[in-house]
Amino acid sequence: MEELKLYTYIAVFGTFALYFVIAWWTRASSTSDFYVAGASVPPILNGVAIGADWMSAASFISMAGLIAFLGYGGSVFLMGWTGGYVLLAMLLAPYLRKYGKFTVPEFIGDRYYSKTARIVAVLCLIIASLTYVIGQMKGVGVAFSRFLEVEYALGLGIGMFVVWVYAVLGGMKGITYTQIAQYCVMIFAYTVPAVFISLHLTGNPIPQLGLGSTLADGSGVYLLDKLDLIVTDLGFKEYTTAKLGSSLNMFMYTLSLMIGTAGLPHVIMRFFTVPSVKGARSSAGWALVFIAALYTVAPAVGAMARLNLMETIQPSTAAEPLEYAQRPSWFKNWEKTGLLKFEDKNGDGRIQYVADKEKNEMVKVDRDIMVLANPEIANLPNWVIALVAAGGLAAALSTAAGLLLAISSSISHDLMKGVLVPEISEKSELLAGRIAMTFAILVAGYLGLNPPGFAAGTVALAFGLAGSSIFPALMMGIFSKRIGSKAAVAGMLAGIGVTLLYIFQHEGVMFIKGTEFMMGMDRNWFFGIDPKAFGSVGALVNFSVAFLVSQVSGERPPEQIQEMIEDIRIPSGSSAAVGGH
Amino acid sequence: MSNNKDYWKANLRLMAFCLTIWFLVSFVFGIVLVEPLNAIRMGGYKLGFWFAQQGSIYTFVILVFFYAAQMNKLDKKYNVHEDEER
Repeated sequence: MEELKLYTYIAVFGTFALYFVIAWWTRASSTSDFYVAGASVPPILNGVAIGADWMSAASFISMAGLIAFLGYGGSVFLMGWTGGYVLLAMLLAPYLRKYGKFTVPEFIGDRYYSKTARIVAVLCLIIASLTYVIGQMKGVGVAFSRFLEVEYALGLGIGMFVVWVYAVLGGMKGITYTQIAQYCVMIFAYTVPAVFISLHLTGNPIPQLGLGSTLADGSGVYLLDKLDLIVTDLGFKEYTTAKLGSSLNMFMYTLSLMIGTAGLPHVIMRFFTVPSVKGARSSAGWALVFIAALYTVAPAVGAMARLNLMETIQPSTAAEPLEYAQRPSWFKNWEKTGLLKFEDKNGDGRIQYVADKEKNEMVKVDRDIMVLANPEIANLPNWVIALVAAGGLAAALSTAAGLLLAISSSISHDLMKGVLVPEISEKSELLAGRIAMTFAILVAGYLGLNPPGFAAGTVALAFGLAGSSIFPALMMGIFSKRIGSKAAVAGMLAGIGVTLLYIFQHEGVMFIKGTEFMMGMDRNWFFGIDPKAFGSVGALVNFSVAFLVSQVSGERPPEQIQEMIEDIRIPSGSSAAVGGH
Repeated sequence: MSNNKDYWKANLRLMAFCLTIWFLVSFVFGIVLVEPLNAIRMGGYKLGFWFAQQGSIYTFVILVFFYAAQMNKLDKKYNVHEDEER
């Protein structure tokens, strides 16, 4: 145990030191550096940075755990969080890059020739991004409290401090180059244990192939068939066919995550950092390559973790379950964190792990621990476990930094420079950006201390919010020359409004427990659709309301706006981002 | 400006083609038709399950690069590409 602690300290603080050094090297000196890294990041590197920005604690820590317990139903995360890049690459990124400004609300404000539209966009952005940041902060807290064996709150504090140092100092430029380092740490930390486990279970070192292979125990049985057999024997749903609610719910869930991906401002902002429209298109492709490298491994990690867990504790109803006194050390370690709980209901000193709630004695298995515990469950060497800790922190910190930048730039650039004090100097704006970021970190930290739900769940809500407000406004802004400011504002408010309403009804107002208002309605009363999948309904409402208002009011954008739309549709004549000067 | 209009139309056609495939591999193969496809096996994978957890992602990657390459050609064809030194 002491050896593991030492390795973990080396891995975690070694990588932190690396991030600080990079941040110092690439610190921002102008607003252009601070918001868009001077629009000088090559497409492949930008792709790597998007990958790191994108793959959050939810992707790294929570997703494989979710898949492990949801089986086929977990596919919504895999398809949703990758398919959104197809939408981004075709529907948004090239045109927004051509427009060449600093922030998403700035585009919305200009396109809909309205300060109100810009302020509404800022509002939607802050709601979506803050919801997202909470998930990251929880991830940081979980990783620290387990691996450095400190209090959850202290772990959170350390994480906040690290992000503060390099995000405030470096702005987008520092964040970009730090994220490239973080991607390398993250993907290495994710793949190494997966390769070991795949090799051990199936004899195939490539996890994507191992998942479809036969087991290495000589039985000739396919891994997925074995898993199906074990889980159904114990009364759980069959792994490869278990749906997440209904097919309709899965459809809407996937769509909601996809449009949310395309509407999340911290990802869109990244496309402002490449030098050209052509670069924006290809960097979306590169981003997806680097994301797919983790996302195609995740289902293998999930299935193999589940198999290992079941085989350790209770391989079938016929076999004797594991004796509690014989439980392995990873079991004890996670019991200490309270994320794993055993209760000997029948008093036989053995761990019954079955689907039946009355008999099940694994009363708590937090899904978030699966990836972090996986190397221990598979008996991998200590340095691998230490590496996973550093990887999880890299994932959480890189995303948190990107989100905090999106929040602070919308405050300093859109609210202050754009609306409140237009004559602000560049130097003061830069300072305002840094102060706004500090505030955002404090708020995120506070919410991380009182977090709603587990990491991936909270994150999924943020996607619904972004997908129902920002994505439709951007799409209509580019693809329609008829939608005017009133229509866009009404659409955004209606879209995010119904989505928030449905979420708050289920999860409590501002996610505060006890303030749910179901009013006698069943959970998921709207066609069985989960609140996390509701963003697609919200987006539909957004489009419909915008169309109706546009028809009724008869408002059409003025001549110069129509010309601007014509202009962003063609690549020629693009220039580096110049924030509204 | 009819050149730019034609360029935009060509872009929309290409986009429609790519998004049809995008929709097919994820929503149709991965969700709507997952049960019939699961009757077909590919090694240890049921085909519908494979599309949902592996195949759709590979297709997305190819689609985005295909779109980028085709758009570069369209940019040249309609002479709306960016200056070469960029």
